[in-house]
Amino acid sequence: MRSVGASPLANPDEALRNAVIRLAGNSQDGIQSVGGMLGRLAGRTAQEVMTYMTIPSTISGGPSIFQVHLGSGEVLHAGDDADVLVAFYQHSYDSHIGALTDGGICLYDTEKVEQIKNERGIHHIAVPFTSATVEAIGGTAKDRGKNIFVLGLLCSMFRLDKKKLVGIIEAQFGKKGEDILRNCLNAFDAGFAFQTTDLRQFQFAPGEAGHSKRLSTDGNTMLGLGLIAAGVRYGAGYPITPWSSIMELLRRELPKYGGVFMQAEDELAAVAIALGAAYAGHLAVTGSSGPGLSLKSETLGYASMAELPLLVINVQRGGPSTGLPTSVEQSDLLQAIYGSHGDSPRIVLAPKNVEDCFYIALEAAQLARRCSCPVIILSDQALATRIEAFPEPNLEEHWIEPELDLSDRGEEFKPYPIEGQTRHAPPGTPMHEGTFPKVTGLEHNEMGHPSGNPENHQMMNDKRRNKLVKLAADLPLPDVYREEDGEILLLGWGSSYGPVREACDRLRDKGLCASATHLRHLHPLPQQMGELMKKYEHVFVVELNDSGLYGNGQLATILRAAYCNPAIQSICKTDGLAFRVREIVEGVDQFLA
Amino acid sequence: MSDNKTAQPAEKLTKKQLKADHPTWCPACGDFAVLASFFNVIQKLELTQTDFVCVAGIGCSSRIPYFVNSHGIHFIHGRAVPLATGISLSRPDQHVFVFGGDGDGFSIGGNHLNHAARKNINLTYIIMDNFVYGLTKNQTSPTTPIGRRSKTDPNGSVDRPINPMMQLLGSGATFIGRSHATHVKHMNEIFERAINHNGFSVVEVLSECTMFYPGAFDAAIPRKGGEFNLIDEEVHDTACINDAFELAQLEFPGKFGVFYQDDRPSKNDLEQKWIDEVQGNLGDISQQDLMRKSFATMH
Repeated sequence: MRSVGASPLANPDEALRNAVIRLAGNSQDGIQSVGGMLGRLAGRTAQEVMTYMTIPSTISGGPSIFQVHLGSGEVLHAGDDADVLVAFYQHSYDSHIGALTDGGICLYDTEKVEQIKNERGIHHIAVPFTSATVEAIGGTAKDRGKNIFVLGLLCSMFRLDKKKLVGIIEAQFGKKGEDILRNCLNAFDAGFAFQTTDLRQFQFAPGEAGHSKRLSTDGNTMLGLGLIAAGVRYGAGYPITPWSSIMELLRRELPKYGGVFMQAEDELAAVAIALGAAYAGHLAVTGSSGPGLSLKSETLGYASMAELPLLVINVQRGGPSTGLPTSVEQSDLLQAIYGSHGDSPRIVLAPKNVEDCFYIALEAAQLARRCSCPVIILSDQALATRIEAFPEPNLEEHWIEPELDLSDRGEEFKPYPIEGQTRHAPPGTPMHEGTFPKVTGLEHNEMGHPSGNPENHQMMNDKRRNKLVKLAADLPLPDVYREEDGEILLLGWGSSYGPVREACDRLRDKGLCASATHLRHLHPLPQQMGELMKKYEHVFVVELNDSGLYGNGQLATILRAAYCNPAIQSICKTDGLAFRVREIVEGVDQFLA
Repeated sequence: MSDNKTAQPAEKLTKKQLKADHPTWCPACGDFAVLASFFNVIQKLELTQTDFVCVAGIGCSSRIPYFVNSHGIHFIHGRAVPLATGISLSRPDQHVFVFGGDGDGFSIGGNHLNHAARKNINLTYIIMDNFVYGLTKNQTSPTTPIGRRSKTDPNGSVDRPINPMMQLLGSGATFIGRSHATHVKHMNEIFERAINHNGFSVVEVLSECTMFYPGAFDAAIPRKGGEFNLIDEEVHDTACINDAFELAQLEFPGKFGVFYQDDRPSKNDLEQKWIDEVQGNLGDISQQDLMRKSFATMH
């Protein structure tokens, strides 16, 4: 475990367990691509990795960081503080030097950073990134290539696997032409060979992740591939950050699997097209980010009423309104659960990390088929863009064949049976007695006929709700990390899984009896959730949304309403950044003080 | 894409088999004739109930799926066309029919009409245009003529109405027809040609709202002193969009028939072509291996 404040780089003779490297520059400097390559290298060398990035929401330019937490053992979060800061500009230096650990290392571009602060034992290493890169590539390079120069420098400093790293560079830049690849490799070699008297070298302990086939990628990629593995072959979407890359993946990949993903004219059309494919008998998907989910909400209400299965991805970002399009928040939970008109039950799930993005798509597909209703997967910007390394999914175990069931539904077929699950008959299904069913958003009776009968409306609302009540009884309780009861339970959801667990350990280091759990099924909640929470004196719900008028975040509000448990407290924030471990620990400290 | 078309007896359906609920429209509503004409064409084309699906949004005319004994879906206001798009693209075995009014099609759903038309989605869209919001009881619609009084324009409508033919021509629809609910034979002919067209076919049918806008289309009813002028396809080249725009600008009631037809490929064809090409290039590979190839790029 990392301790706060002291750098693991303070003793160069010991093998490193982990290190956090923060690259700070502008968004066009290619620091994301360097960070991404370090992440992929980790995957190839049995190391754990988690990355974190901030991107400006400007069209071009603006300060940006990419942070990489590399570790030989388990890596649960992207790191509160950096052990190494690479500062490309004075503004990068000024903004981030405070986030460097005591005794940490700062590499800075001597041509861009003019004022440095000698404090807290920070070891400054002056390197002329710009001119050294120009020298390596040739006179026309201008600002390009210095990211790769820095990668070479880091490779030498941490004795990273040079051969594998060069392989990754070749894979990434080989397609862009020989000249570009040659320039990259020249810049890399120059960085690798750069000599300065005060450059220190470190060696990571061997990676402990034993699995031979490991993937390093981001959450949106795994969610997109997970949807395909879940049997999704049709869908539609509209561009919006940070959802777009899932839609781009599906548009590109689905034709290979015989499917179609369509770019729609707007969010309303996107959800309607997907629902059309669902009515036609396929498992279909639409997705968006916060504002787009709002636009889709009328059709979500329809899908609840008409009882059609539909997968909906919402990659949350900072809101409300256009908000902070490139920052992270978990503030769409209530919208996901309740966002429509009338009572419109649906299922809401949230993945805990990049790997889980794949598996949650499969679970969502199964639940959509089982309950014949919308299933919303709440991802978020941090999960969408960060890179983690994890074992490759075994497709023989995790694969759902797409199925179009046009079989005869039998003589007793009722489109909306009061007892029993709704299974709509798609177009083309032959019907007994020659009476063909209608799917409708008007309240309807069992046969699908519009009906305003008071008892019928009550019964149908009961039916639509009760299928989720039944589901709740079948949902497993989330695993508890550490103790089954005690003083403190930290309860998180979504992308804060790692920081919450790490915070739990830090609280225990301080002598508190702390445990942690993580909710995957946000709606309905697992039936025994209230019992689980009762066993702790304090339940801290950790979430990236506002604590609201009554002091409770969105999940905490729901948990309090559901279980009337006054032990439930909120640790909330909305600064657009992922939770730091320290912030969670401080939240608990403040409450207990 | 799927080709799970179920084997069906090739018997021609009777009217009785095609009818479902009795329409809830007001007496003498123009939509009765549209429905009757639709039945005629289904019978003539010998479609069976597993061959087609009826889709509608919200409005009086959008009730049609309940009145046709086939698979049908009654969706939300304005989004019938994108819903039908999802069916059409994922079920090439189905004829997809969309029914709606001027409010559903040209107002709340106007953007979808434009885009489905330009993308040339393979479906047939019948717009029953009555120049008024009838279901909500007499508000101004996007096709209401200037000066006409309604509950939302007590002094007479002031906004220029859209010209449906101009709108559809501009949008890129590949089959554009116009008919009138009092001329069933004409509707039969235009509907049949629309259904046989590969791509986005749309027919505007002037269909009188006898409750809120009686007499709106008398100018095109000979027995009421009007003129029902047909497009002479000996003279009008349906492949020429400039000619079609000229026809579309004639003073009301204008002409009836096929304004424009274009045989450019449908989106359905183009997507299938992409699938065929990409799958051809991939050769004989299982879907799981295909995904393993994606994984391999992340090792």
